[in-house]
Amino acid sequence: MTRSRPLVELAGPCVLVSAVGIVGSFTSNATAIYFQTAIVSVAIVVALYVFVGNSGVLSFGQASFASVGAYAAGIMTVPVESKVGTLPDVFPLLRDHAIGNAWSFVLATAIGAAYALLVGIPLMRLSGLAAGIATLAVLEITHNILHEWTKIGPGAGLLSLIPETTGLLQATAGALVVIGVAFWYQRTRLGRQLRATREDPAAAQAVGISVHRQRLWAFALSGALSGFAGALYVHMIGSLTADQLYLELTFLSLAMLVIGGVTSLWGAVVGALLVSGVDSFLGQAESGVNIGFQLDLPTGTRLVAVGALMALTLILRPSGITGGREFSLRWLEAARLRRVLAAARPREEGS
Amino acid sequence: MIVAVVDAQNLVDALGLGAIYALMAVGIGLVFGVLRLVNFAYGQLIMAGAFTLAYASRANWPTWAAVLACFGVVLALSLIMEVAVFRPLRTQSPAVMLVATFAVAFLLQSVALLIVLKVQGQLGVPASAVAQLSRAVTIAGVDIRKVTIVSLVVAVVALGLLAVLLGRTTIGLQMRAAATDFTTARLLGVSANRVIALAVVLAGVIAAAVAVLLTARTPYVQSDFALHDTIIVLVGVVVGGIERLWTATLGGFAIGFASGVINGALPTDKSVYLPSALFTLVILVLLIRPAGLFARGRSSVVERV
Repeated sequence: MTRSRPLVELAGPCVLVSAVGIVGSFTSNATAIYFQTAIVSVAIVVALYVFVGNSGVLSFGQASFASVGAYAAGIMTVPVESKVGTLPDVFPLLRDHAIGNAWSFVLATAIGAAYALLVGIPLMRLSGLAAGIATLAVLEITHNILHEWTKIGPGAGLLSLIPETTGLLQATAGALVVIGVAFWYQRTRLGRQLRATREDPAAAQAVGISVHRQRLWAFALSGALSGFAGALYVHMIGSLTADQLYLELTFLSLAMLVIGGVTSLWGAVVGALLVSGVDSFLGQAESGVNIGFQLDLPTGTRLVAVGALMALTLILRPSGITGGREFSLRWLEAARLRRVLAAARPREEGS
Repeated sequence: MIVAVVDAQNLVDALGLGAIYALMAVGIGLVFGVLRLVNFAYGQLIMAGAFTLAYASRANWPTWAAVLACFGVVLALSLIMEVAVFRPLRTQSPAVMLVATFAVAFLLQSVALLIVLKVQGQLGVPASAVAQLSRAVTIAGVDIRKVTIVSLVVAVVALGLLAVLLGRTTIGLQMRAAATDFTTARLLGVSANRVIALAVVLAGVIAAAVAVLLTARTPYVQSDFALHDTIIVLVGVVVGGIERLWTATLGGFAIGFASGVINGALPTDKSVYLPSALFTLVILVLLIRPAGLFARGRSSVVERV
């Protein structure tokens, strides 16, 4: 049983995400977009989890890596002939070239990783609140530059005509890749060292673990996955502004992670799916939905309910829905054991 | 390249903003001291106060009644927040508490949006009850809005009263003890619930005062009222040094004053990258002095690895 546990831990999140993808494929196009959004948010939250969950350090900066990745993937996949008109000011290198869908993901991942590594080298020396505020500063700077500098993008305007390649298939495949990498990382030597620093930084340093270096690796990996998730996002929406991947996404993705359970991959996946599920359902209910009876909610209820859900979950279960544990079938084993014992007991008494 | 025009007018305006931010920093710092909790929902308390003012002025209440209602609503909300959210989460990790205050902030903001959309059919409500505060008086050739003077007076008086309370009364001593070492203070007979409730009430009173002042500055109240100000103040508080109240306050004042001067001094087309410059400075300060610019010695909570 022990040997198969890692497989079960990985299979849980993967099966859940695939199931959401498969269910989504049986719905109408208008509804499928909700399933896509949920799956893409799994990718974003798991990317965040790779750093925050494993290191225990709060970061508000991961959305900036997602937005850099999204911009890179978006700008480079808009057809060259439309770029001359919509992005007249950008550098010729960006304006006169375009790449395919697959390469845009490679590019987004690489840029996310490089940016996170660069930022992380000085910032990963910080802990606690200082780290939180410094990463928030990175988010503000990134947003400011993307919003103003028209040589690298549309500035305050809208980047449009991005090929919408992220359907359910690409979203699910992308999310599975992110989950797989996150799972692989947390089982490697590096991942375990980082988790040791999370539990007790002093003890970890005493056995020769460099806290700075381990946090930096995770930050860069998380940046790479965030960039990748940003590319998934931009190929789903088809257009992009600087405000789309900013404060709201930062808070929402952190909330999803904490609600699911910060310290486990399973928690990240469950939190993302649950919050976006409730969010989409109520979004539908605002325009009227029939669930046995006609449900019509006033506009704005969605946000109130999501906020209340977040607050209640945290008050009632501060370590998240999953309690920060990985997926396991232990309850199943326990139930089977109980059944076997219950079946065995009368015979023992009889003999 | 950058032509900065810093004149007396500009400095006075910046002082007013700095005073308001200093007050917000006190409110955030007080709660952090006893609870180790960064209250992100502090801005939404102010927003609730501002909406109370706005709706009171729509109902043509007299100014004193509107201000009184503002204080009442903000205080009630603060106490509800402490009992329903802070108290059950007191023993949790800082990350959980911070995200819980996000959730509360998000909830309050969405409730405000819901009410405004329902009642108003538009995004904001103007608050005219305190409008006379935004009129200007001219002193020595400088146009000073009354609200600037009032902000400075309120900030000085509030800080003075707080200094007396913390320095000269038993409960103030208990609060300082709790802020230094909560566990030991409790062992010595300090009631945790009492000091925390007092800190929350004081922070609430300050939030209500800030609501009045900010509404006088920007009378159009929307659901994201004071949200951006809170983020800036939080940054200022951490940069100044959140461990101690006066360094936090100084940090809040400094960032308010700095953004006031910068916004006023530069033409708009030159100042687009100023947020980047400001936040780069923030990162530098944090790297060099992680415990805060004005903090003394090394802190146990924040250190470099």
